[in-house]
Amino acid sequence: MAGPRVLVIGGGLAGLSATMRLAELGIDVDLLSLVPVKRSHSACAQGGINSVNTQTRQQGDNEWKHFDDTVYGGDFLQHQPPVKEMAEWGPRIVDLMDRLGVPFNRTPEGFRDQRRFGGTLYKRTAFAGATTGQQLLYALDEQVRRWEVAGKVKKWEFWDFLQPVLDESGRCRGAICQDLVTMEFRAFPADAVIVASGGCGLVFGRSTMSMVCTGSAVSRCYAAGAFYGNGEFIQVHPTAIPGADKLRLMSESARGEGGRVWVPKTPQDPRDPRDIPDAERIYFLEERYPKYGNLVPRDIATREIFNICTNEGLSVEKDRLCVYLDLTHIPKETLDRKLGGILEIYEKFQGVDPRFVPMKIFPAVHYSMGGLWIDYERSASGGLVEGSPRNQQTNIPGLYAIGECDYQYHGANRLGANSLLSCIFSGLFVAPGVVASCDEAKKSEPGPQLMNDALKAQEKRHAELLSRPAGGENPYDLHDELGKLMTRTCTVVRRNDQLAEAYEAVCALEQRWQKCSLSDTGSWTNQNVVFTKALGDMFPLAKLILKGALQRDECRGAHYKPEFSMPGIEADDPAERRRLAEEWCDRFEENTKKWLKTTVARHGDDGHPVLTYEDVDTSIISPRPRLYGLVGGEVIEEVWRERQQARAQAAPQPATVGAGG
Amino acid sequence: MIRVADGQGDKNGVASAAEASASKSPASLRVRVLRQDAPGRESYWECHVIPYEANMNVISILQRIAARTTTEDGRKVAPVAWDCNCLEEVCGSCTMLVNGRTRMACTALVDRLLEEQPEEIVLEPMSKFPVVRDLMVDRRRVFRSLERVKAWVPIDGSYDQGPGPRISPEDQEDAYPLATCISCGCCMEACPQFTKVEVSRLAGESQEAFEARRKEAFDKNFLGAHAISQAMLFNSHPTGKMIADERMEALTDRGGIQMCGNAQNCVAVCPKSIPLTRSIARAGRAATLWAIRRFFDR
Ligand SMILES: Cc1cc2nc3c(=O)[nH]c(=O)nc-3n(C[C@H](O)[C@H](O)[C@H](O)COP(=O)(O)OP(=O)(O)OC[C@H]3O[C@@H](n4cnc5c(N)ncnc54)[C@H](O)[C@@H]3O)c2cc1C
Ligand code: SF4
Ligand code: SF4
Ligand code: FES
Repeated sequence: MAGPRVLVIGGGLAGLSATMRLAELGIDVDLLSLVPVKRSHSACAQGGINSVNTQTRQQGDNEWKHFDDTVYGGDFLQHQPPVKEMAEWGPRIVDLMDRLGVPFNRTPEGFRDQRRFGGTLYKRTAFAGATTGQQLLYALDEQVRRWEVAGKVKKWEFWDFLQPVLDESGRCRGAICQDLVTMEFRAFPADAVIVASGGCGLVFGRSTMSMVCTGSAVSRCYAAGAFYGNGEFIQVHPTAIPGADKLRLMSESARGEGGRVWVPKTPQDPRDPRDIPDAERIYFLEERYPKYGNLVPRDIATREIFNICTNEGLSVEKDRLCVYLDLTHIPKETLDRKLGGILEIYEKFQGVDPRFVPMKIFPAVHYSMGGLWIDYERSASGGLVEGSPRNQQTNIPGLYAIGECDYQYHGANRLGANSLLSCIFSGLFVAPGVVASCDEAKKSEPGPQLMNDALKAQEKRHAELLSRPAGGENPYDLHDELGKLMTRTCTVVRRNDQLAEAYEAVCALEQRWQKCSLSDTGSWTNQNVVFTKALGDMFPLAKLILKGALQRDECRGAHYKPEFSMPGIEADDPAERRRLAEEWCDRFEENTKKWLKTTVARHGDDGHPVLTYEDVDTSIISPRPRLYGLVGGEVIEEVWRERQQARAQAAPQPATVGAGG
Repeated sequence: MIRVADGQGDKNGVASAAEASASKSPASLRVRVLRQDAPGRESYWECHVIPYEANMNVISILQRIAARTTTEDGRKVAPVAWDCNCLEEVCGSCTMLVNGRTRMACTALVDRLLEEQPEEIVLEPMSKFPVVRDLMVDRRRVFRSLERVKAWVPIDGSYDQGPGPRISPEDQEDAYPLATCISCGCCMEACPQFTKVEVSRLAGESQEAFEARRKEAFDKNFLGAHAISQAMLFNSHPTGKMIADERMEALTDRGGIQMCGNAQNCVAVCPKSIPLTRSIARAGRAATLWAIRRFFDR
């Protein structure tokens, strides 16, 4: 009997780190990707990767605080043990990447330099120029190439994952994939399949993501019965450069290095921004959030920018919404050294030098916190049991998900520079559990019939698509419509009437997709049919995102419904303030009871998502109000603290898990 | 669609690209594409006319062509095949010849191209790599070169061993630009010493035998400037240099540094402005020293 064999779908940071670790554990890996793995979307990450480090530690930082910032930033929607484990691994992961040769920026003494990112008070973020993701990706790509030469890894680049194959017991036994060049179909029997296919930004048309971020791979797992968690949580990045083909990110590091966001006091002030004196500018983030300033968490920055443009009418331009992001007060040399790469992007695409002229930016869809539902095994200390086959496993045994395509770690909102960490962490951490799962798989071998049947079904589906009559719907136009609809109704501000309408509209688009015709019916490098398939698989995701958003009647992290927002306290009278704060806290507790739940979507037989809600493991840090800059936040916090103390006295608890560790 | 011109900085003469062209922007663009249906087929030219929009790049042209698939003379055709992913010049996918020059399609801004050549925009696949279809080429060889020079740090394993070596800011600043190589192939396309290697599978040949034969063909031929530069990158890393000799072996083997005629075409076209000639010069010196050392070690 051959040794264990694992199929990894996707070679971004997550897929590559899993491949490297598995190869090291002696497993043969097939690594399959739509694009050469070195060209994966992870290359786009600019800002950096978070972990506690020697320096922040001496300023009072520790793994616990990183863990706490992550769950607080995520509005407590994530299960805590995986996050705790990840924060503890952080320093080791950055050390490892350092050893792999990532050219992290250095201090004069030769240590790794760190910067501060949103949602924390410490300089926790290590970075390599302005292309940290690229550098991390390359370092892992190099190690995997080494394993390829050694014969442990076989790469399948320009291949499309079409479906996982499940046996009668419901276990995943491999996958069917298609060569994008020859269009040949092939069955990949495997003892375990790991999906590491990244985000699904293309469901929103234009986003900051790369062109292969269609979500097709996860949608295909979902269609095969995998659950999808927290789909409605989509992060909209506050600062992107609007473009015709793509919304290009302006990294948070621009604000990390001191960039200031402002609009002129006079709406659409026609003056050159540099001629507008400070007194005639509104630095609205600094004014409203004195503690965090321009570095408030993403969801808040996004809403404020959106709000100042739409509701307050202070957009810099009349016909295109945008605000200024200003770096011009920072010395050119500092900018070149710390932000060279990202400023170059602005200059390359806008033809303006941001070192001398304030940039114009607006929010854009950026990250999917939701993704394939995955399991974990909690350890006694509140972390994870290393080597458990349950870690990162979907509800389908033998099918795993890691990286941006899983729903773990970031809850309702991801903190900047935490994703590169979660991708590498989940990739490394999943490996020993997958080895254990392979042992399980080896106990029985399915016959060849299973794979053959699935292969035939895919070939048939393909042939049907190619033989659709000409003159039908145009897939590119449908995608454009879908993107506009989703962006309009389901990003920064969500309203139930609009979401309900959008759901109907998406169903109608899906119907029209059935009548798509292909402009290429050939059998060689047919990008048209590949795109059309991926588009078809966007509708189920769009539907679960919309339905999740529609049903979730609250505000949490990136999910914001004005109808359910909990405004701050404006009253001046102390007694009145107390009373209102008590009320606020009552409402908060009620809402927590009702909505602090993972949305779990299952693909219904009628094509509509079936949603259920699952409790979140908040046993380590109990949920508290997220009060970044809320008016009257002090009095709410006071009342909240008193309640917590009263509760602690009423039921003395054994000391919780390793605070500080 | 009307888009507002980016009116930043006009007073101080830092005019935006959109603005500079606003006055003379055409209503439509004529795009001529060199197409090829599959390897070994004849190539042919095809013309498309698409409406002009502000702030377009070559990618958005190709997206419009894919959506319309109608040529200038009204024929329905299959969409043009091409490679892209990031759309921000960091993945290295979209290399092609635009108006005869090798470059990245995503940063080839239409307004700039019109300044170069107002009549039409000409798109061709790279000539040094086998065409897969239309503008898509097979760049496996770019990655094979990275294997040849062992472009990696030879770590013991991925378990925790503490941080990597301390590195001075100067060394980091030296290494970082080399590490930004996106494997796009521009430097190879422009290099007179880098010639096309196209190997096709023979009738009855197994996939394994074919792959071995292709690898052999790659290994006889020039590595390319990118791989020489990567070899220098890893030879200067404190851990990477532990296998410096192995890299020197590859660099001085057939298809190695001796093939470089120092034409310096490569550095001129690199979209990441990587100091390739500096790497090549370093590699040349290192190769000489290495040859001497080898001579005395015998
Ligand atoms: C512009 C930008 C900047 C960012 N900056 C930061 C930052 O500074 N810090 C941070 O922490 N995070 C950042 N992020 C987020 C972070 O980059 C991503 O979350 C992360 O890179 C995702 O990695 P991944 O390995 O999960 O997937 P990806 O890198 O997206 O890789 C997915 C892989 O799956 C493959 N694939 C997909 N579908 C299929 C299919 N159907 N068949 C076969 N293969 C398939 C693809 O080919 C690819 O290889 C940024 C994101 C963006 C968009
Ligand atoms: S310098 Fe060498 S590698 Fe560069 S173009 Fe000339 S011959 Fe080619
Ligand atoms: S050295 Fe420059 S031109 Fe050559 S592959 Fe790398 S990025 Fe491209
Ligand atoms: S699309 Fe990535 S470099 Fe052009």
